[in-house]
Amino acid sequence: MAQPKDFGFGSDEQMVRDQASRFLKDNLPVDKLRALVAHDHHGAYGSNPQPVAWDEALWNQAVSLGWTGLSIAEEQGGVAMPLVAAAAVAEEAGRAALPSPLLATLCATEVLKACESNNARAALETIAGGSAASLATVGEDASWETADADVVATPAAGGFTLSGNAHFVQDARKSAFFVVAARTESGTLLVRVDADAPGLTLEADRITDLTRDQASLALSDVEVKAADVLAEPGKADAAIARALPAILVLIAADICGAGEWQLQTTAEYARTRRQFDHALGFFQAVKHPIVNMMIDLDRAKSLVYAAACAVDHAPQDAIRLARMAKAAASDAAGFVSGRSIQLHGGIGFTWECDVHIWVKRQQHSQFLFGDGSWHRARLAQAYDS
Amino acid sequence: MAQRVDTPEQTEFREYCRRWLCENRPAPAPFRLPLSAIEVMTEDQRGYLQSWQNKCHAAGLVGTDYPKAYGGHGHKGMQSIASQEMGRAGVPYMLNIIGLNMAAPTILVHGTEEQKRRYLPQLLSCDEIWCQGFSEPGAGSDLAGVQASAVRDGDNWIINGHKVWTSLAHFAHWMILLVRTSTDDKYKGLSYFIAPIRGAAGVTVRPLIKVTGETGFNEVLFEDAAIPDTLRLDEVGKGWDVAMTTLTYERGAAEGAGSGGGTSWDDRIGQLVQLAKASKRPGGRTAWDEEVLRDKIMAIATRAEGLRQTQRRARVEGLCVLPLRLPLQQKVLTSELLQDMAALALEIEGPYSSLYLGDRRAPDSGQWPLAYLNSYGFTIAAGSNEIQRNILGERVLGMAKSK
Repeated sequence: MAQPKDFGFGSDEQMVRDQASRFLKDNLPVDKLRALVAHDHHGAYGSNPQPVAWDEALWNQAVSLGWTGLSIAEEQGGVAMPLVAAAAVAEEAGRAALPSPLLATLCATEVLKACESNNARAALETIAGGSAASLATVGEDASWETADADVVATPAAGGFTLSGNAHFVQDARKSAFFVVAARTESGTLLVRVDADAPGLTLEADRITDLTRDQASLALSDVEVKAADVLAEPGKADAAIARALPAILVLIAADICGAGEWQLQTTAEYARTRRQFDHALGFFQAVKHPIVNMMIDLDRAKSLVYAAACAVDHAPQDAIRLARMAKAAASDAAGFVSGRSIQLHGGIGFTWECDVHIWVKRQQHSQFLFGDGSWHRARLAQAYDS
Repeated sequence: MAQRVDTPEQTEFREYCRRWLCENRPAPAPFRLPLSAIEVMTEDQRGYLQSWQNKCHAAGLVGTDYPKAYGGHGHKGMQSIASQEMGRAGVPYMLNIIGLNMAAPTILVHGTEEQKRRYLPQLLSCDEIWCQGFSEPGAGSDLAGVQASAVRDGDNWIINGHKVWTSLAHFAHWMILLVRTSTDDKYKGLSYFIAPIRGAAGVTVRPLIKVTGETGFNEVLFEDAAIPDTLRLDEVGKGWDVAMTTLTYERGAAEGAGSGGGTSWDDRIGQLVQLAKASKRPGGRTAWDEEVLRDKIMAIATRAEGLRQTQRRARVEGLCVLPLRLPLQQKVLTSELLQDMAALALEIEGPYSSLYLGDRRAPDSGQWPLAYLNSYGFTIAAGSNEIQRNILGERVLGMAKSK
């Protein structure tokens, strides 16, 4: 199928993006975000477990604007827009460093769609109805691309009993249910486990990022029914592989949006802060790295929309472009974050300067579902033989 | 709003281009062709490439969107398709590259009707070759500092001065020339002319030798060379504005009258991978078995795809923050990618990268060490990349003007 030249980013997609942008500008200005996640360093890093710092009312408004139903079919209560629309909303969420289960839910949505089962479609209806969800498919070895959680599913009357652990579960304490990978004798399955299921414990990680939460799930004889099985035994890896390009696109889009905030904030500082009788940006040792931030971000953004468009229109090319997008975005996240602190000078190294909020979000996103070297190693495999 | 897919007319034209290129692909040259048009040196190379451009022009793949009155084919939105298909077909590049990408768009914007009718048709067909006279020994990055002068003498202008880095001047019939007509103002003292080169009295073209050991560009001396006022482009004192038009096209921020041919990015990445698979390492291994080199090759592949997708995104208003933000990056992105790609090829070759053109054991006939040395032409020419980053920082990000 021919790919649209405009990435399929038409007036509808632009409207969704602009509405998200306005909503976040109006409802999550930087001072509100700071008050929410970084009002004091004791609260953020000093208490155990870390607090879940988010504005649930704001999240509910975002849900009612339809953000979580963007990529869900109309039959399940969504609006069935192309991935470029969800990517654009993820980009805006990144720009605002929105603390929310949005990314986790959009990623879980892609896996549920890839399951192609009635039970998964029912779970998608739950998401379209306003519930947040997250993937619990990853093992201790950070096996992003396979269903390798250390959970065992034992057949039981009317379903399975689950025991074991899943790791790196994103925004777990904001999620209503999890898509859990579990091993059986006939292969790995995916199953829905609600956050309040008896036998499930969330062990919160202490993380650097102030705008997310992350946990390991500890399952001890958690009972699930046949109606909770999203992908039958042996079908879990394929579902994750099908969803992977979209997942990479969404995380990379968040990075691009956050990076644009870092770029504009650093450029603004270079326009206004004066030293040696000149604005900082007069000096090429400051100006040129800021231009390099822009160049790296623009490369990543172009690849993000190309990959999203491929998911929508040319699936055979989607994984290559999505890996390139995540590799470029991850590298940009590291470089842009580093420069944003360095070029702010002494103040950039302090808690009171807002740049650290975005730096920490980027540091988290950079390694989520594989960084640059991870994806380049897998891109190279396509040239073997 | 950018169109979403090819229109039916574009689809038809694309198919025509493919068919024509398939049927008319030229026989391989019996001699080595340099990597790009600005390094063409011998009469054999010139003749081969001149007749190829002539053929492409006659077939409508060059000057595609230019008006018929000026030797074009009068289409709209078709040039990029012809250029894409020529790139995809991997056919030779166009020789008259300065003419197509710089002189033609400048004449189209600033020329008189007579000038357009006189110069554009033979430029597009490659019957007349063009070069560019901007840089001087004392005016490089600071282009507005040009000192070559034009003094009015009745209906003529008398030109004196020294232009350098003049690619293709050794074949050129014409030059687009930036000169000083007044010393009162640095910028408003400049004017822009079309200068005859071949056989013109008072004009001397001398080859300059590049770091590669090849000629390929020149210096051009004007000693009381007289040119008629009818060869002036736009008004006296408007030379800087006209030069900005030229530079917009030179830096790839806008599309010229045709390009295409040459090697596609995908082919270049394929070449790097093949080179790595063929480059021996101790213990029966190859460079492609080295994880670090695989990583670097895929990083280059990612940048190449990123460049292609950025060119695509630049046409989608809804995904651009500012209209000039992506076009102004083109020159930096392309030149640095080519340079880093060549540098990586040397790393892949290891000690074999010491073998230059003509060595019996040189991988890929020694083209990579040559390409690497040549790549400095790209990062310096058309406004060095340091100047490009100043422009981006100032015009796109609003930072203070550097000195």
